Amino acid sequence: MIYFIEQCLNGVQLGMMLFLLAAGLTLIFGIMDLVNLAHGSLYMVGAYFAATFVGWTDNFLLGVALALVATLIVGMAVEVVAMRRLYGRDHLDHVLGTFGLILFFNELVRLLWGPAGMTLPLPAWLNVAVPLLPGLFYPLYRLVIIAVTIAVALFLYVLVMRTRLGMLIRAGASNREMVGALGINIKLLYTLVFGLGAALAGLAGLMQAPILTVQIGMGENILIVAFVVIVIGGIGSIRGAFVASLFVGMVDTIGRAFFPDLLRLILTREAAATAAPALSSMLIYLLMTAVLVLRPEGLFPVSNR
Amino acid sequence: MIAAPNARNLLVPALLAFLLLLPVYTSLSGNTFLLTLFTRILILALAATSLNLILGYGGMVSFGHAAYLGIGGYAIGILASEGVTSGFVQWPIALAVSALAALVIGLLCLRTRGLYFIMITLAFAQMIYYVGAGLARYGGDDGLTIQRRSQFGGWLNLSNKTMFYYLCLALLLATIYLVWRLVNSRFGMVIQGARSNERRMRSIGFPTFRYRLTCFVIAGTLCGLSGALLANHTDFVSPAMMYWTRSGDLIVMVVLGGMASTFGPLIGAVALLVLEEALSGITEYWQIILGPLLLLVVLFARRGIDGLLDVSIFPRLSPAKALEAKVGRG
Repeated sequence: MIYFIEQCLNGVQLGMMLFLLAAGLTLIFGIMDLVNLAHGSLYMVGAYFAATFVGWTDNFLLGVALALVATLIVGMAVEVVAMRRLYGRDHLDHVLGTFGLILFFNELVRLLWGPAGMTLPLPAWLNVAVPLLPGLFYPLYRLVIIAVTIAVALFLYVLVMRTRLGMLIRAGASNREMVGALGINIKLLYTLVFGLGAALAGLAGLMQAPILTVQIGMGENILIVAFVVIVIGGIGSIRGAFVASLFVGMVDTIGRAFFPDLLRLILTREAAATAAPALSSMLIYLLMTAVLVLRPEGLFPVSNR
Repeated sequence: MIAAPNARNLLVPALLAFLLLLPVYTSLSGNTFLLTLFTRILILALAATSLNLILGYGGMVSFGHAAYLGIGGYAIGILASEGVTSGFVQWPIALAVSALAALVIGLLCLRTRGLYFIMITLAFAQMIYYVGAGLARYGGDDGLTIQRRSQFGGWLNLSNKTMFYYLCLALLLATIYLVWRLVNSRFGMVIQGARSNERRMRSIGFPTFRYRLTCFVIAGTLCGLSGALLANHTDFVSPAMMYWTRSGDLIVMVVLGGMASTFGPLIGAVALLVLEEALSGITEYWQIILGPLLLLVVLFARRGIDGLLDVSIFPRLSPAKALEAKVGRG
């Protein structure tokens, strides 16, 4: 039971991580109609920045804050230099162009930081386990990740639904020309939104950094899972992304933890041991397939497109 | 169609002549590296040609085409490791399994459009990648070494480099011919019509889903053939051969060469892989050059090398396509 609760919390934590990535992707897609494969590169860049700045400043929070700002700036620079030219083009163009960006970023990181990868050690005050229930100790840091992401989700909701900037963002999503004609600097607005998405990806990357190693290509596999999240949630819907992230995070974690045992009930021990790793990594894709068959537009389809 | 004397009509025959005569040069000079490189290029050009059928002509942007490369390859690898080395058994099975996988994936993916389609094909390919990595009995992550190439009795000896090269070339040319015949048939017209305006095709009575699915399965099967060749070429299969960057490479080949052009994928495969080889000779960090180069191709040479070779202006562009190009720019 304790193990089950622990795995559930791990699932929520993975879900939160996916949400940060998926929210940025879906925001950029919903507003600029842009497919950004290089989103995973920004995740990676965020993690590398954090590892570097924390090393320099010797202060975890300051280093992380600097990394966040730096990722935001990188994101805005990418928008100005490359992405801006891709708006209104075919999705295939986005895929190819951002594929090129991935190659570029991977190689640039290898050039600047070397191929070895880095670690981001947690400060002592975060590196503790807190008792949640009798007999259940859970790493404080993972709880912090969950809390930060929920705060970010609330911030995004307030930003998009309750502020003037959010109103402009929503208006820009439904009619770019009209917003421009009303005297709003739509180019700047798009740059800001892209930067925001980049910062969200960077945040996900730097929060994940102390748990996993910081390495080249770290953003690519999780990006594909974020795509699964978006497909399940409905492209362009932040609410859908939130629900689907939790769903996918739970299914993946719980599946990996308990699926092998379940298989052992119906298969021999050897057969289960062989089939389990492949089958449990297939689970989220099967989930996606099921959602697609039932609701091809995702769970929360965005009606206005 | 009368061949106008433009750059394309010079380059393609020159390229074909080069490919035909390459083994003569390598056997005279003893440069087997070049032969191995070009065998690989031909195999991937075959895969790119199959992708061009759905991506270029059908407008289905599959970002998971490398999955069939893996499926075809693994079919050969698994059968070989279980002691079945006859190519007459291995190859039909490899093709059949690829076709079946394409049928299932196509059935699910073709229900969706646009961005969903891109993401879902990517996700399925990733799923198959994980399945490959999870096959502990067949090497898992590390891959599977093939002890013995496919045996074709006295007919063919795949271990003979020159013979294998010519087999790849023959199969590639056959595939290019097949795709050319397909897209210029009634079937191909329906596929291209569905790319331009699916609703209209449906309303004049074509069951476009069935046509597109058939097209998707043909492309998957042909790519499976390429996977079978690749497994025999490297004597090795691993999940890496269906990693998503490989799917990206195939798309790059198609677009770089020129979408919906007969020889475009071959030109693109030669250009990309020779460029990779040349750049990696200049610097270890060659992708830092290749990445932005791709972006530039997307921004400024949308019709690929094949388009650049067309010296005269829009000679083959139908009015619908010209309009599409214009609307795309706006």
